Amino acid sequence: MARHSLSIAALALAATIGAAQAQSPRVKFEYWYGLTGQLGEVMAEHCKRFNEAQTRFEAVCVGQGGYDRAEQNTIAAFRARQHPTIVQIYDAGTVNFMLSQATYNAVQFARDFNMKIDWNDYFPGIRSYYATSKGEMWSFPYNSSTAVMYWNRAEWARIGRTEPPATWEQYEKDMRALKATGSTCAMAFDMDTWQSMEQLSAIHNQPIATMGNGYDGLGAELVINKGLFPRHVANLKKWQDEGLARVQTAQTGKTIVQAFADGSCASMVSSIANHGVIGSTAREGLDWGVAMIPIYEGFTRHNSLVGGASLWVMANKSKEEYEAAAAFLDFVLTPAEVKWMPNVTGYIPITVPAYRQMLDEGFYAQPKFKGREVAMQSLTYTPPTEFTRGIRLGNFTSIRSEVRSELEAIMNGQKTVEVGLNDAVARSNQILRRFEQTFRGRSLP
Amino acid sequence: MTGKRVTFAGTWLAALLIAPQLLLVFTFFYWPAGEALYWSFTLEPPFGGENQWVGWQNFKTVFDDPLYWNSVRISITFALASTALAMGMALLLALFVDRQLPGHKAYRFVYFWPYAVAAPAVGLAFRFIFAPDAGFVSALNQWYPGLWNPARDGIDAVILITLANAWSMIAYNFIFFLAGLQSIPRSLTEAAAMDGSGVLRRMADIQFPLLAPTFFFLVVINLTDSFVNSFGIVDITTAGGPARATDLMVYKIYSDGFKGKDYSLAAAQSLVLMLLVVSLTFIQFRFVERRVHYS
Repeated sequence: MARHSLSIAALALAATIGAAQAQSPRVKFEYWYGLTGQLGEVMAEHCKRFNEAQTRFEAVCVGQGGYDRAEQNTIAAFRARQHPTIVQIYDAGTVNFMLSQATYNAVQFARDFNMKIDWNDYFPGIRSYYATSKGEMWSFPYNSSTAVMYWNRAEWARIGRTEPPATWEQYEKDMRALKATGSTCAMAFDMDTWQSMEQLSAIHNQPIATMGNGYDGLGAELVINKGLFPRHVANLKKWQDEGLARVQTAQTGKTIVQAFADGSCASMVSSIANHGVIGSTAREGLDWGVAMIPIYEGFTRHNSLVGGASLWVMANKSKEEYEAAAAFLDFVLTPAEVKWMPNVTGYIPITVPAYRQMLDEGFYAQPKFKGREVAMQSLTYTPPTEFTRGIRLGNFTSIRSEVRSELEAIMNGQKTVEVGLNDAVARSNQILRRFEQTFRGRSLP
Repeated sequence: MTGKRVTFAGTWLAALLIAPQLLLVFTFFYWPAGEALYWSFTLEPPFGGENQWVGWQNFKTVFDDPLYWNSVRISITFALASTALAMGMALLLALFVDRQLPGHKAYRFVYFWPYAVAAPAVGLAFRFIFAPDAGFVSALNQWYPGLWNPARDGIDAVILITLANAWSMIAYNFIFFLAGLQSIPRSLTEAAAMDGSGVLRRMADIQFPLLAPTFFFLVVINLTDSFVNSFGIVDITTAGGPARATDLMVYKIYSDGFKGKDYSLAAAQSLVLMLLVVSLTFIQFRFVERRVHYS
């Protein structure tokens, strides 16, 4: 009897193996993503959608535990020849990848593998951030966002205003009025340079670095100690000291997003990607809205910068893997998939056709997504200029951290605005020169 | 000289037996260290490829940077303070447990737990507890506004990471101290007690001197650990801030190398850190160990 059941089991096993072999094996390729938490789950879900939508290919998707990790791990894996076919790399990693000689540039890849992609479908501001100085795409834009102002309607109603401030001058008046009515934090801010330096400079069409923000070569130098940025930093410091604005970071106990969502701070400038987060974590009854980042009087508004990440195709993989990767990239760019992303995250639709469909379908009229259209207005406000197409500086992660440290020193009163920003520029330029020397003999495409 | 030499005939067998261990040491220590040494004299592009020999340039960049010396100062302060705190507290706890005060069995068990908590988790817990706005310690600020703010005040931030690091090391030290105390023959303590010496006297004259080897061992381990393992705590609690107040040497290596992808600069700093730890350990063995009596 025992022998009998054993042979049945063996038969069953043989049948399963046979069935698996009969079904032609799917071509697998590896895709590494950096996002974590709920957004990481969305990335995994996107792979699942691809795998379920067709039977020829299989995306094997591996979360790397953060954007920097995804970049570090890809570098290490490339050196060991164990790298994935596609990798999600954040905006600041673009330069390293462009100079790496380890990637398959997107335009060439799309041509070689007959992708259906139309490069003009991307919004110009998204395209320019990931394109070379000649306008050629080297990676495929993916999850994208931009910065907006979040404001607490109920708080502003207390000072008799129904509109968010459009200028920083008005913002200052509003903050003073809010303080007079007992608010202890009219604006939450942190030292993240993405909002205060990068986005603010873009909407005012101010350069961050010479040589077209670094697009024209590795010899660029930072110029944030001139122009508008010092004035803005001095304002932040003044507002902080007056008790209008407050620094909110994980170290103080609440990030700006948390402080806004629980109602303790009345406004902030942050990524549109947090729209969904605030929607789901806001204190009950919080009446909030989204507006474009205010602008200083006397300046003309320009488009804001795109943030987020793009998908890079890596070099030295097999033809089969590339075919699978091309199918995946085509899949995530279909309007249905581009539209899916804003539904499950705070990211924006990256292509014009998908955005038009969303407008027609009344996506932005739904209460849950109200205000998201502001990000699109901000991003497409003007065609990208020399200073609003993006930032292309070597080792930009370190530059951000140098500027952040100096901003901390300024806000803590250890340095004046002038000294702090001069130090930040001097140190950042040293980083840029080291980078230039490291990549001696290579030039930005 | 043809005196008898005790040799092991099977040289090949011996070599074979120690080979796996040597291979491990080579793969995980000498090889990476050698690579770091090579990188520190070259400029290494992140993805590899043509690196150029630059001589001492990386070291010069490191030593010319006033912020690097700031980082060295902070690291030394941090290592000394957290070692003193972790060892002092652990010794106190071990003495209490050794004296079999009420509940000592439970304590002996519980005190070891913190060591099992990973550094990032310790960092996260301390960040929450000591957050100036929302943390447990924010009560201090209600009583005296602005007294505690590690997000703004560099000294508070250093205190915070020192406490967190000490807290996680206390458990380890405690086990060694307790084992040391329990290996002291009871007859010695009892004889002293019969001669009329009190608890404190017995600690000072019998227990502390006999603990000297343990003490010495722990100083070496704690200092080394504070220099090279503190990065997880810093990353989560303060991220090196505010304004670089907690930018420890090991954290700077991490941010330059892994975040900034400047492998050569990070390699040069690693070598400096390695030499520092090696020389510290050497000094300890050379000068401190002389005063230690093992029996």
